Amino acid sequence: MAETPNYMAAINAALTDAMEADDRVVLLGIDVAAPGGVYGVTKGLYDRFGQSRVRDTPIAEAGVMGAAVGAAMAGLRPVVEVMYMDFITVCLDPLVNQAAKLRYMTGGRVDIPVVFRMQTGGGRSAGAQHSQSLEGLLAHIPGLKVFCPSDARDAYDLLREAIDDDSPVCFVENRRLYPRSDPEGWAREPLSAGSPRVVRPGDDMTVVTWGRMVTETLKAVDTLAGAGRDVEVIDLRTLVPLDLTVVLESVRKTGRCLIVHEAVERFGPGGELAARVVQEALFEIDGPIERFGALACPVPYSPNLEAEVLPGRERIAQRLESFADA
Amino acid sequence: MATRARRPKTNAELAGLYAVMTRIRAFEERVAKHFRAGDIHGFVHVSIGQEAVAAGSCAALDPADLITTTHRGHGHCIAKGADPEGMMAELFGRATGLCGGKGGSMHLADPRCGILGANGIVGAGIPIAAGAALAAQIRESGQVAVAFFGEGALHTGAFHEATSLAVAWRLPLVMLCECNGYAEFTATAAWGGPEPAARASSYGLSADVVDGSDVLAVRDAVKVAVAAARAGDGPRFVQAQTNRFGGHYEGDVQPYRSPEELEAQREQDPLARLRLTLPAQATEDADAEASAEMDKAVELALAAPYPELDTALEDIYG
Repeated sequence: MAETPNYMAAINAALTDAMEADDRVVLLGIDVAAPGGVYGVTKGLYDRFGQSRVRDTPIAEAGVMGAAVGAAMAGLRPVVEVMYMDFITVCLDPLVNQAAKLRYMTGGRVDIPVVFRMQTGGGRSAGAQHSQSLEGLLAHIPGLKVFCPSDARDAYDLLREAIDDDSPVCFVENRRLYPRSDPEGWAREPLSAGSPRVVRPGDDMTVVTWGRMVTETLKAVDTLAGAGRDVEVIDLRTLVPLDLTVVLESVRKTGRCLIVHEAVERFGPGGELAARVVQEALFEIDGPIERFGALACPVPYSPNLEAEVLPGRERIAQRLESFADA
Repeated sequence: MATRARRPKTNAELAGLYAVMTRIRAFEERVAKHFRAGDIHGFVHVSIGQEAVAAGSCAALDPADLITTTHRGHGHCIAKGADPEGMMAELFGRATGLCGGKGGSMHLADPRCGILGANGIVGAGIPIAAGAALAAQIRESGQVAVAFFGEGALHTGAFHEATSLAVAWRLPLVMLCECNGYAEFTATAAWGGPEPAARASSYGLSADVVDGSDVLAVRDAVKVAVAAARAGDGPRFVQAQTNRFGGHYEGDVQPYRSPEELEAQREQDPLARLRLTLPAQATEDADAEASAEMDKAVELALAAPYPELDTALEDIYG
């Protein structure tokens, strides 16, 4: 690639390179072939790899996801595009009961090398059925891996890793990151799944986050000024697998931790993370670990209501200010 | 139902089909007995009365062909070549089980002989078989996939979505609808609507109806369907009319069925029908051999250890 690819181009490049490297990799999804996908992520792949390996599907998500599981068991490495993450609810059986469990139920006799690409991204008035962040629901299911890249570098590296994985991986893209590029970030060395990354070092507070909330947090941190406001920002990158060593080291250093996610806060992934950090570092933290996620309501349509419900940089900054003043 | 030439070419071929059927029955009779005795746990669904569908269908397949089956899948697994010792040990929850004791009756699988799994979710195996057929098509492997399912699955979205896909992509898939007259406790007729084959035909599938208690009729119908699928003519549907002699699960006392109905169905016993066409000595020998084989499977299962506890957290991820 001559110029730094944006997040969408990085995904396209990962698909291209994976398909070049291994002819068992196939793409399935609604309008992914000649149209190149609803957001254009798969553009050019149909022309390059042909109709056998890049296939449009009918609007039959449960059938397609189930077929991807069967194809994976029979020797392919399918990548399925679920047009919106919200739509996994119409095909949870192939995800939860089939893909996640078949290796286990067969005593390890089968590999399920399938990637379910799905995109989310609230904040654009897409309404309650096109705006949800359901990664916590997926991470709850043993057998599924859940990757949530926050920038183009990770989008490329983690998608390649997902396609090479012999387990089912839910690859959660954020559509609002599609146009973003970051030359400095692109120059980073690849980092494997399961390893959180310190995006911004700091000594006073730790923010643990992922997906689009990484840049929202960085922007929030930029607005802070004064003593005690040096924030360490950690991008989890993947919810499953997850090695919390980097997070624990940070929390032990700063003593304070805020977990920020776009998913609904109630029963959300932040609660799980807080519990795990407390279990390991209770006597090394200086105050309650806090969570900041979406309010517990369906994502509303009207822009002002949606801004009220979803976490954003101003509110993240306010939470961090209150931490510093505590 | 379609009439076909159904004379066996040789007695040996017929005897081979009989041997599979009597092995399935011997296996399941022991499963039912040991479930009642408490040696087998959870839920068990036997297919006694339906053996001709499994034996006839799998006789039409190559070893490399792929199947998915259902919660009532012991027969399909045996007919496709799974080892009954491993299956029995699996049902007994032992370490030597086909799936290390992690699957049980509803999740038997053995990819080494093309069995991509029984399934505890009605209809779920149909898209998986469609996907296996897709892999065969893309890899040009020449394999055919067969989805076994009951007529109860015709009401699931999985059936309709998988059928849409199979038709759209002309997949080498045979959809084998095993109609035993019931969906769990409810007679099929309760839901009205067209016959299974008619529903399939409405998708543009070629659909056939066959006497599922006649193993040769099943084999011949599936052979035709498999040949078409293998030749690239797209998916086929076979409706096999059969009878479930027992309840939905072991322990189901079937208050919803009359003794007369059960009696009439037993007259269709596919093994009894086949015995009429074979020398008595041949079937007696096959029965004795099957009994000995399955007794040994039970004996080995009972003697086998339960899985080591640390295996509970193995095989979750690749």
